Amino acid sequence: MVQFSEEKLNKVKEIIARYPDGKQKSALLPVLHLAQETFNGWLSSDTMDYVASLLQLEPIEVYEVATFYSMYNLKPVGKYVFEVCQTGPCMLRGSDDIIAYIKQTLGINVGETTADGLFTLKTVECLGACGYAPMMQVGKHYREHLTPAKVDEIIAELRAAQ
Amino acid sequence: MGRKLLLDKAHIPGIRYYDTYKGNGGYAAAEKALKGMTPDQVLDEVKKSGLRGRGGAGFPTGMKWSFIAKPEGVPRYLVCNADESEPGTFKDRYLMEFIPHALIEGLIISSYTLGANTCYIYIRGEYAWIPEILEEAIADAKKNGWLGKNILGSGFDLEIYVQRGAGAYICGEETALIESLEGKRGNPRIKPPFPAVKGLWQSPTVVNNVETLAAVVPILNIGGEEYAKIGIGKSTGTKLISACGNINKPGVYEIEMNISVEEFIYSEEYCGGIPNGKRLKACIPGGSSVPILPANLLFKTAKGETRMMTYESLADGGFLTGTAMGSGGFIVLDEDQCIVKNTLTFARFYRHESCGQCSPCREGTGWMEKLLKNIDSGRGKMSDIDLLWDIQRKIEGNTICPLGDAAAWPVAAAIRHFRDEFEWHITHPEEAQARNYGLAHYADPREIAVPA
Repeated sequence: MVQFSEEKLNKVKEIIARYPDGKQKSALLPVLHLAQETFNGWLSSDTMDYVASLLQLEPIEVYEVATFYSMYNLKPVGKYVFEVCQTGPCMLRGSDDIIAYIKQTLGINVGETTADGLFTLKTVECLGACGYAPMMQVGKHYREHLTPAKVDEIIAELRAAQ
Repeated sequence: MGRKLLLDKAHIPGIRYYDTYKGNGGYAAAEKALKGMTPDQVLDEVKKSGLRGRGGAGFPTGMKWSFIAKPEGVPRYLVCNADESEPGTFKDRYLMEFIPHALIEGLIISSYTLGANTCYIYIRGEYAWIPEILEEAIADAKKNGWLGKNILGSGFDLEIYVQRGAGAYICGEETALIESLEGKRGNPRIKPPFPAVKGLWQSPTVVNNVETLAAVVPILNIGGEEYAKIGIGKSTGTKLISACGNINKPGVYEIEMNISVEEFIYSEEYCGGIPNGKRLKACIPGGSSVPILPANLLFKTAKGETRMMTYESLADGGFLTGTAMGSGGFIVLDEDQCIVKNTLTFARFYRHESCGQCSPCREGTGWMEKLLKNIDSGRGKMSDIDLLWDIQRKIEGNTICPLGDAAAWPVAAAIRHFRDEFEWHITHPEEAQARNYGLAHYADPREIAVPA
């Protein structure tokens, strides 16, 4: 069952308190982030319905937002999602080669997850790290100045964390 | 060395934290404003400074502030636009990550000036580690009496909150940002009414970029007139430029707006030239949406004048032979880069980021991407070039928000200046897969016949 812990429910209350009375809909984006972090990295329809009930919204108000923003995953993803930037400035510094290297190393295509459920590969548009290209986001943080050797290190580091 | 006003203390260890920031002259401007100045006096200083919006549009900040409606009993809001998403731009991130108190201090002064008691920082969702840095700075500022009720005994109250976006370039457009802050899809609103009259929750709202709001601090410290002495003409003060692409020293630089583009690219103080002895092919000086300029128009304007890093000089020649300062996302391309491929990545970006409200943008961006993909992969037809031109013309000016224009301009400029390279891709499809075109045979763009 989809249910936040007491601690997370307090966090939701704290978020709602940032807005004037009756404007709790503004809490939707932050609460969806919280839900995605809590419930395995993606938003199922049960999760979205739960968020709707917490914020006293119609479920459709949640669905239309969740489908608009690219950071919300609407399908299950691996434990670690490699989001590799492919926009101009990263392309100029070799992001195509990095994407090809990750595909080959993990044996998956863009949009796929490794069989062990650890890694998902995604391509994304500009993440605002153009001076440190090529780069990708993994979870909360950016991994910058990527080279094949650095990609190997990151994969080894995340495997070792299991 | 150019004068630094925003990053002058960036090298001090621990400047991220309150005690170090305060110990190095921080919060002096906030104190000056709240203890000794009326909001109108602060507004006057900002007007005198000539500060222009640093997010991309370059609109005079003092004027924008003076438009805010002040109906009795209705709250006003200041929203800090930290949704930095224009490809090539990463300056606000630097400021927030390393000198967060400079932004918080700017927000206090700006909110005081506008009479806003609540301020939201709307930050792009991918900058996921920065909200904690900002929230720590906010908490420390509050602990030390710079936020909350009756700040410094001035009778002024202020709370600042951080709101994370969730991956949508369009939310950098101020009305889309407001929609998103209200918990909705980031669909831009039709203007008027402007946010200064009906913004967040239908209340008067000012939306300003991070760098703009942080710049209010040095303006109060040195005075508006002194700030206006820096730079050339209407390009007053300093500007953060985030430099990337094929240069030796990518990064965020603060420049006085009085240096030449050539100096910015080649001097050791800034980009440090192009790696591996390569030659310069082209540059996009203000983020992906401003026109790309070939090397022959970058250092000298069409009139033969030295092109400077100012709003006016970068725009000299209009879109025919000039470009724009934009957000200061400075992208350099060396001789090995492919203009078609580069334009394709931007077209894909804008297709991905179109909110879908207006059909010229929704349909046009996808169509342009498809045509560019064909040309890039050797499946293009000569008529595709004119078709691309035609599509971008039909997007520009025909959408609710400027995303349509932003999508059209890079395609237009690439065709205008590099048509020979597009044609070569079509006439030499196999060769184009194996090697890049190299430097263009620059034609004078004023003599290129382009369909209306």
